[in-house]
Amino acid sequence: MSQQDDSRPRDAAFWAAKVDRLTVADAQQKHGYNIQGKRIAGPQQGFGRLWQRTYSVDLGSAVTPEQLVADWRARFGDFWPKTGRFHGSVTSIQPGDVAPLTAGGVTTGIMVLYADATSFSFLTPEGHMFAAMITFSGDLDESGGTVANIRMLLRTSDPLFELMWPVAKRAEDVFWPGTLTNLAAAHGVQDVAVSSETICVDGGRIWKNWRNVRNNSAIRTVWHTVSAPARSRRSARVTP
Amino acid sequence: MAVSAATMTVASLGPGAARIVIAGDVTAACEQALMSAHEKASDTGAKLIVLDFSEMEYMNSGGIGMLVTLLVRGQRRQQRLAAIGLTDHYRQIFELTRLDEAITLHDTAESALAAR
Repeated sequence: MSQQDDSRPRDAAFWAAKVDRLTVADAQQKHGYNIQGKRIAGPQQGFGRLWQRTYSVDLGSAVTPEQLVADWRARFGDFWPKTGRFHGSVTSIQPGDVAPLTAGGVTTGIMVLYADATSFSFLTPEGHMFAAMITFSGDLDESGGTVANIRMLLRTSDPLFELMWPVAKRAEDVFWPGTLTNLAAAHGVQDVAVSSETICVDGGRIWKNWRNVRNNSAIRTVWHTVSAPARSRRSARVTP
Repeated sequence: MAVSAATMTVASLGPGAARIVIAGDVTAACEQALMSAHEKASDTGAKLIVLDFSEMEYMNSGGIGMLVTLLVRGQRRQQRLAAIGLTDHYRQIFELTRLDEAITLHDTAESALAAR
């Protein structure tokens, strides 16, 4: 019989292990060019204003928070609208997972920072449009019903992405409600109303981080695409 | 609304410095309690806020988000934030999330004060 180690914190199994640089699994390397070797960039490593954004949908008694989050972790990318592709593992989301994703034509990724029975959180890598922490959770409301929440604390990563913020905000306001609508439908809840809230936590910009533009994933995605023929020719020459 | 399972106690560390002892489970539900403690510490004129985690028993990602918000509030008041009492486990989380680049980590309140 195994004994619980009393010296181990209760939350130890929920957190990702410390890494200095992100590593993409072999199977995901095709999409991982913008995260392989990058560092994590939380909100304090970003450039733009700091926003707290929340999207919520009421699922009533259709599912418990634990059931909801287990399903969400197992089929995370399946609930995304067609404008995004999540190239994560086929198994459930686990702390420490690194997954490439494509959104709005830009390839970037996330790292799973934390995952427990009722929530999981992502941090973004350098170069992602947002320096952000995003938490997905199932919570109980006052009446005992389940509410699915997406909460994000984010800054745009660099001055170019900050200029694009009005467009990005509108895209987010379509993408995440779409995700929650798909999630609700998967649990038999149709015609839901997704509520949202946006709070500006810090109106200041972190000017010292303007150099983040060197990692800008949009620029790097374009470069990766236009340089693809040259890479193909090079690899054909190397292969006997 | 979720109920906070943490307590925040404010104590003076001498002129210009205050300690907030964070005990219990640190989640997003503690935000109001932590921000109130920060207000109380700021009212003493503290420019160094030492967050004492030696009595923290649990933290989830909501707790990290709350610390980012606290950091912004502190920066607005030209305050520096330091953390003491972190176990190796929580120290690694601070390093993983790069919070340690903005909240300096120390072993004791004395070393946090000496680094001012």
